[in-house]
Amino acid sequence: MLKVEAIDAAYGRVQVLRGLSITARAGEILCLLGRNGAGKTTLLKAIMGLVPVTGGGITLDGTEITALPAHRIPRLGIGYIPQGRRLFGELTVAENIEIGLMAGRQDRETRARVLALFPRLGERLGQRADTLSGGEQQMLATARALCLGPKLLLLDEPTEGLQPSMIALIREVVREMRARGVAVVLVEQRVDAVLEVADRVVFIENGRTALDTAPEELRTNPALLHRHVGV
Amino acid sequence: MTQRILALHLGLIGLLFVLQFVLPPYHHDNIARIMVMAAYAMGYNLMFGYTGLLSLGHAMFFAAGMYGMGLSMQHAGFAAEAALAVGITAGFGLALGVGLLALRTTGVAFMIVTLMFAQALFLAILYFGPFTRGDEGFVIPLSARIFAGLRLSDPTIRYFAALALFALVLLAMLWLIRHPVGRVLIAIRENEERTRMLGYDTWRHKLFAVTASGTISGTAGAVYGLLFGYVGASFAEVPYSIFPLLWVLLGGAGTLVGPFIGTLFMFYLIDLASGVTDAYMLVVGVALLLLTLFAPRGIMGMLRERWLPWLP
Repeated sequence: MLKVEAIDAAYGRVQVLRGLSITARAGEILCLLGRNGAGKTTLLKAIMGLVPVTGGGITLDGTEITALPAHRIPRLGIGYIPQGRRLFGELTVAENIEIGLMAGRQDRETRARVLALFPRLGERLGQRADTLSGGEQQMLATARALCLGPKLLLLDEPTEGLQPSMIALIREVVREMRARGVAVVLVEQRVDAVLEVADRVVFIENGRTALDTAPEELRTNPALLHRHVGV
Repeated sequence: MTQRILALHLGLIGLLFVLQFVLPPYHHDNIARIMVMAAYAMGYNLMFGYTGLLSLGHAMFFAAGMYGMGLSMQHAGFAAEAALAVGITAGFGLALGVGLLALRTTGVAFMIVTLMFAQALFLAILYFGPFTRGDEGFVIPLSARIFAGLRLSDPTIRYFAALALFALVLLAMLWLIRHPVGRVLIAIRENEERTRMLGYDTWRHKLFAVTASGTISGTAGAVYGLLFGYVGASFAEVPYSIFPLLWVLLGGAGTLVGPFIGTLFMFYLIDLASGVTDAYMLVVGVALLLLTLFAPRGIMGMLRERWLPWLP
């Protein structure tokens, strides 16, 4: 599915990713863990073409996407939910979803499927997105990304600042995506959340892959967590 | 499309239609002028209010339409119909060219580039004075202002023609912003990067917005010249780039009826204030300041925010 091989990326002169490699497989939840500034968000942005990759390469199902214009990458089936949700605040819930559907050339069936995952959005279709609660905004950001019908979903701290019931819902949706064969790359700060949903965990340190392991390994060996993220 | 949105816009067109029968000649002429200028402002609103692209040089499109129409009549002897087509094409061509170049920039740089292009056109009009009649401009003779057999100098015909342009642009804009492309333009205004991340080519959409906006503005310029019989360099100057920005801000950026309300408000504010004092711009300035303080989203924007959330 997704193969990131030894990529370098920088913001101007500040090198952030240094030969970083990961792979994400269909029907798998890959969690990225690391301290602040380790390069997790930059990695997702590099995959989406938002940060120029200066070395290495990224392929999706064997197709090289490293040099593609940013707007062509989602069309290959990559849904990206950035930190902070980034909704179209002045548009209604229905219009936000519509824009996702149009982008992914998806039909009404997809809309119904997505709304079934988030029934609360169905009750607020005519409401402006910037008047939703934080949890509802996260639901909408997730719903809009799912409207693309992605085969790879990139989520950047989707549970940040949410109440427990919303966190549980988002986790449920992530599992549902896995069950449908979608590859999920999840950036998370909360170790408990990672241990609960991840199939594989990659630690990122100073822009490099420090460890690629299974969550069971972390449960049995908490020293790893302490060494890599300080908990 | 919801019934009430359609009813509001058709109602406005109907009201303007009926007004001509009750207005005294002075206001009759004013409203005709305002409708043409409101069409110009709606063109501006497509780019600024809906797409979030702030241009400081929109007068170039208005003037391109006006001069395209006027010069083709003056020098090539075109009839009004053909001259109007030349004016619209000039607005379209210039907007496409400017869009292709200016959209390589963003933000403040985009504003400066559009301002520079507009100044270049203004100076070109002066430089080629023997051809354009420089800052004096020229008058379109009454005999040439006949469109499909109708005398455009006749106040009633003129009012109808202005109303036809206004209605056409208003309904086209209503259709466009409810069309998927219009939704994407609003999404770009709200968050361009996010829109790109959904797979939209935002550059192409912005080019469409600039081109459509410039074409509407050029059409308004061509129609203005035909209806009021004068083509002049003053329409290419900086104030005519700032006016649509003020009209749109006053009426409500990103609202369909806002540009008309803003144009109407500003026109009559200047008209009334200049009848009271020579320092009328001071009165206008204070009024603008108050409106900015108490209704920062403009008149229609405030109405939409407080009472009419369904307003497009």
